[in-house]
Amino acid sequence: MDKYIVGLFDDDEVLLKAVAAVRKAGVKIHDVLTPFPVHGLDTAMGIKESRLHTVGFIAGAIGCISAISFIVWTNTVSYPLNIGGKPFAAIPSYIPVTFEITVLSASITMVVSFFVRSGLSIFKEPRIFDERTTDNRFAMIFDLKDVDAGKVKEVLKQTGAVEVNEKNFES
Amino acid sequence: MSAYESQIREPLVTGSKDYHQITKDIVRSTESVPPLIWFLITGFTATVMTIGFIAIGYTVWMGIGAWGLNKTVGWAWDITNFVWWIGIGHAGTLISAILLIFRQRWRTGINRSAEAMTIFAVMCAGLFPAIHMGRPWLAFFIFPYPNTRGPLWVNFTSPLLWDVFAISTYFTVSLLFWYSGLLPDFATIRDQAKGKIRKMIYNKLSFGWTGSAKHWQRFESLSLVLAGLATPLVLSVHTIVSFDFATSVIPGWHTTIFPPYFVAGAIFSGFAMVLTLMIITRKALKVEDYITINHIESMNKIIILTGSIVGVAYLTELFMAWYSGFPYEQYAFYNRALGPYWWAYWIMMTCNVISPQLFWFKKLRRSIYFTFVMSIIINIGMWFERFVIIVTSLHRDYLPSSWVYYSPTIVEMGIYLGTLGLFFTLFLLFARAFPVVAIAEVKAILKTSGDKQKREQHEPVANGHHH
Repeated sequence: MDKYIVGLFDDDEVLLKAVAAVRKAGVKIHDVLTPFPVHGLDTAMGIKESRLHTVGFIAGAIGCISAISFIVWTNTVSYPLNIGGKPFAAIPSYIPVTFEITVLSASITMVVSFFVRSGLSIFKEPRIFDERTTDNRFAMIFDLKDVDAGKVKEVLKQTGAVEVNEKNFES
Repeated sequence: MSAYESQIREPLVTGSKDYHQITKDIVRSTESVPPLIWFLITGFTATVMTIGFIAIGYTVWMGIGAWGLNKTVGWAWDITNFVWWIGIGHAGTLISAILLIFRQRWRTGINRSAEAMTIFAVMCAGLFPAIHMGRPWLAFFIFPYPNTRGPLWVNFTSPLLWDVFAISTYFTVSLLFWYSGLLPDFATIRDQAKGKIRKMIYNKLSFGWTGSAKHWQRFESLSLVLAGLATPLVLSVHTIVSFDFATSVIPGWHTTIFPPYFVAGAIFSGFAMVLTLMIITRKALKVEDYITINHIESMNKIIILTGSIVGVAYLTELFMAWYSGFPYEQYAFYNRALGPYWWAYWIMMTCNVISPQLFWFKKLRRSIYFTFVMSIIINIGMWFERFVIIVTSLHRDYLPSSWVYYSPTIVEMGIYLGTLGLFFTLFLLFARAFPVVAIAEVKAILKTSGDKQKREQHEPVANGHHH
C-alpha cells in the first residue's frame, strides 16, 4: 500500500508561496499537480530545467546533416544525373528538402522524447490523486514514506491549503 | 497580483468565469448527445463527402481523362483546390505558432479549432496531387527509397518534390503540435467523466496525463520549440507551393514576388475560414464567452493586413508586367483581365482587394453577420485567385494553334465538393468529441484577461492590497 497526503489549493499564487514555505520547512514534496502550467513552479520546487530543447537541437542538426549528405550522395555517387545542366551537387536546390527534414526530425524526436521521459503512453493508468486537479484545484502531494503526516498537515494548513486528504493506492 | 494587464485591453474571457466554469463550459459539448440538427448537418456533409469519393473512384478507374484537362491546360481545378486547401490550413499554424511566439493572448480562444482546421485542410489538400498522379497506387514513387531501377532517385532539384517533403512535414508537425496540446484537456474530460468506458477512452487519448509539475515544464518547452519550428515551416510550405509556379518559365508564373504573395494570400484565406467555422461553432456550442467579438475583430484586422498585401501584390504584378517590356508577360496579364476568363479575374479582384477594405470600419469589423458573409466571399475570391493564376496563364500557350478554353467536368466538381464534405464532416466530429477551446490555456490567461478578474484588479476590494 502506497500512502500519500494530498494538499489542495485553489489559487496558483497561494500555491507558489506554499511550495516555497513547505520546502523551507524541510518537508519533501512528492509532486505538484496543476490544471494549467504555473509559471515559476519549477524553480520554486527546485526542478532542473528541461533538456528537451537540447534534444530538439541535436535531432535537428542530425536531420539536417543526414539529409544534405544523403541528397548529395544520391546525385554525385549513387546515380549522377544531369538535370537541366546544373552541377551534380546543386546545393541551393537541396535546401528546401534539407530544411523540411531538419524540422521533421527535431519535431518528431522532441515529441517522442517528451512522451518517453514523462512516461506518457496510451497504456498508462495514472494515479489520480484528486479528480479536481485537472479542473480547479492545485495539489501538493506528499509520500508518507518520506514525510511525517502530522507535520505535513500542519504546514499545509498554515500555507493556505483549502483541503487536506489522505490517498492510498495498492502498490 | 503577479499578473496584470492594462485595463484598456478588452477582456478575452467574458461572463465572470472561474476555473471550474471554464471546465464545465468546454467539456459540456463532449458529454451530451448531439442535437438533431448536428446529425442532419453531419449527414449532409457526409453525403457530399461520399459523392466526392465516388468521383475520385471514377477518376482512378477511368483515368485523368475524366477531367477537363487537355494538352494545353495540364493543371486546373486539381491544383487550384490543392493550393486553396493548403492556404486555408496556414491560418491554424499562424494562430497557434506565430501568435504564441508574439505572446498574443487572444490566440488561446481559437487556437485549438484553428489547428484542427489546419489538419483537416491539409488532408483535403493532399488528396489532389495524389489523385492527379493518375495511378495513385504508385504514389510511393515520390519518396526516395532504394529501388531496383538503378537505384534511380527522385529529382531533389524539382519544386514538385520539395512540395512532397513540405506538405508531409507540415502535416506531421501540425498533428504533433495539435495533439500534444490536447493531452491536458483530454485529461480534464477524463476526470469530469462519469462512465467507466468514457473515462477509459479519454484516459487513452490523454496518454495518462496528470498535470505533474515536471510534465508541465516539459510540455511548455515542447510547445515553445514546436512553435518556433512551425513558424519557419509554415512560411516554407507556401513558399515552396509558390515555387511550383515561380520556377517555371510560364509568363504569369515566372515571378519572384510569388513566395510572399502566396504566404499572405494563404493567411488571408485561412483566417476567413477560421471565421466561418468559429462564428458557427461559438453559437452552436455556446462558447461565445471564450470566442468573443474581440477575437473576431482581431482576426478581421489580420484580414485587412493580409488582404492589403495581396492587393498590393496584384497591382505589383500588373505594373511589373507592363514595366518589363516583355510582350509575353504583358499579354499574360492583359489576357487575365480582358481575355476569355475576365470574369474570374474580376471576381478575384472584387473579393480579395476591394471587399476586405470594408473592415476599416470598426462597426463592420465587429458585426458578426457581416464578418460571416465576408469570410465566405474571401474564400471564394481566394479560390478564384488560384484558378486565375493557373488556368489563365496556361490556356493561351506560346502557339496560338494550341489555345483552348478549359472548363471542368462534373467529376472534377464532384471531387472538389467531396473535399468540402470531408473537411466539414471531420470538423463536425471534432466539435462534438474534442475540447474545441484549449481549456488549460484559457485557464492560464484567466487572471490577466478574464472580465471579472480585470474588474477586481481595477477596483481592489477594500481590505485588499494596492498595486
